[in-house]
Amino acid sequence: MAERAQKKKTNPERVKDEAQVETKVEPKGEKLIAELDDLLDEIDEVLESNAEDFVKSYVQKGGE
Amino acid sequence: MSIAKILGIETEYGIISNGIESSPITASSLLINSYVSRFDASIGWDFEAEMPGSDARGFSLDEVFPPDIEVSMVNTVLTNGARYYVDHAHPEISTPECRFASEAVLFDRAGEEIVRQSMVAAKKVLPDGAELVAYKNNSDGKGNSYGCHENYLLSRHIPFGELASLITPHFVTRQVFCGAGKVGNEFEGMPHNSVAYQISQRADFFEEEIGLETTLKRPIINTRDEPHCDPSKYRRLHVIVGDANMSEVATFLKLGTTAILLAMIEDEQLDASLMLATPVSAIRQISHDPTLRQKVLLNSGKMMTALEVQEGLCEQAERYATKFGLESVGNDEGKLILHRWREVIEGLKENPESQSHIVDWVAKKRIIDGMSKRHDLRVGDPRLKTVDLQYHDMRPEKCLATRAGLETMVDAASVAQAIDNPPETTRAYFRGMCLKKWPKDVVAANWDSIVFDIGRDPLKRLPMMEPLKGTRSLTEDLINRCATPAELVAALGDEITNSNFKPSN
Repeated sequence: MAERAQKKKTNPERVKDEAQVETKVEPKGEKLIAELDDLLDEIDEVLESNAEDFVKSYVQKGGE
Repeated sequence: MSIAKILGIETEYGIISNGIESSPITASSLLINSYVSRFDASIGWDFEAEMPGSDARGFSLDEVFPPDIEVSMVNTVLTNGARYYVDHAHPEISTPECRFASEAVLFDRAGEEIVRQSMVAAKKVLPDGAELVAYKNNSDGKGNSYGCHENYLLSRHIPFGELASLITPHFVTRQVFCGAGKVGNEFEGMPHNSVAYQISQRADFFEEEIGLETTLKRPIINTRDEPHCDPSKYRRLHVIVGDANMSEVATFLKLGTTAILLAMIEDEQLDASLMLATPVSAIRQISHDPTLRQKVLLNSGKMMTALEVQEGLCEQAERYATKFGLESVGNDEGKLILHRWREVIEGLKENPESQSHIVDWVAKKRIIDGMSKRHDLRVGDPRLKTVDLQYHDMRPEKCLATRAGLETMVDAASVAQAIDNPPETTRAYFRGMCLKKWPKDVVAANWDSIVFDIGRDPLKRLPMMEPLKGTRSLTEDLINRCATPAELVAALGDEITNSNFKPSN
């Protein structure tokens, strides 16, 4: 959690710095990386814990 | 001139039972029954006019086809005009007929909420720790696929063969913005891990360019000719080639771009310059290359990427809009569709990752790539397939799509409203409002009729062969002024026929 908070904190400065030099692409990229880190933290928490069993048991027969 | 592009989506959900043994058919029935049992009366589906074996090319297979659906299985109509039923081994929900793509997005989202509420209701009747879980996807990763079908109203005068050839390039290439993404490969004869990640859930399952099948030898163009309205004036194009989308904008674009191109075909404004030499292999080749660099052969001899084909279609659509307007999809909405279509093509061209807020396969790939890097996962690791499946999980606490930062188009209040109330712009309004007002007296309904019990024999059937009749502006007063279905039937006079419907319960 602490790591996540830190990333969020440093992010706006980076965005500002690079915005002065670069066009819009770079700072947006930095922001996306920080967002992805947060997203992956969350996914690590909610992902089915036994992936192997889960994938094996997900079978759908018949349809349409 | 092209006619109003009435449209709708049918979504088959994957289903699993946790903590209890159950066949998928029982699970699907329980899921739907748990939802509908909270109402005073459940409304049967009237099969009187169904002909799923009828072929747009002019012959009928009804006699050799087994009955498409087990009539005794759960099959009901909701007050929002939707159909909620068990199709083979899946729960399926069909949106009501909608006048605009944005409406269909709303009712597709309402369908998701209905499935979520069904899961909650089922949990209450199941033993502790047991639950049914639905997935809005199209494949189990083991070679079994189930559909998300679209339907569009077309004028009967369009020659079907021409329509099929002209729309095929779109059906093969639109996956670049409406593919839902998939870990692994399910094309028969190729190893699962030979494709680490692909654009579409469904591309591996298409074997023919055109045909009547939906489960075997699936065709890119389905020829089912069952218009559910006046067959002398209309046809319904039944599209089986799409993925179910979690992204609302992707659903909007999938429906909107297809509707515009169909209107162009009606107005003879879509040319044949982008027709593909080998659509069946092209749909798979495009899907198997998330870099979007794969080129496919056109009839003209040119090689093009899917994005280049999409650019060509979009350009023609822009020219059409200037010349003909976009009344058939709604003028304002048509402009929005074209704008967002152009935007997503440009975005994907520049950098596919920039579209992770709109395009499902990009949003999912971002997670897959991130997980692979963070945990050093190799191709074939079950955690990656878990991410793929769980992206579509209907449990709010488990769904990954709702965490992926997707842009939304409809707000929660509108979705809540659309769970119980029909759209106002098609005959679905009349169907839904009759069900709301007379739940015990409407004994059955389907897309093109309603059967009323007026307190004495026989049952009375109202055919609704015009999708644009039965709108709010045309029928609100009538419904308000009739206190009973008998009054309604009397007011409709000659339009009413007797019904042979036999309730099954």
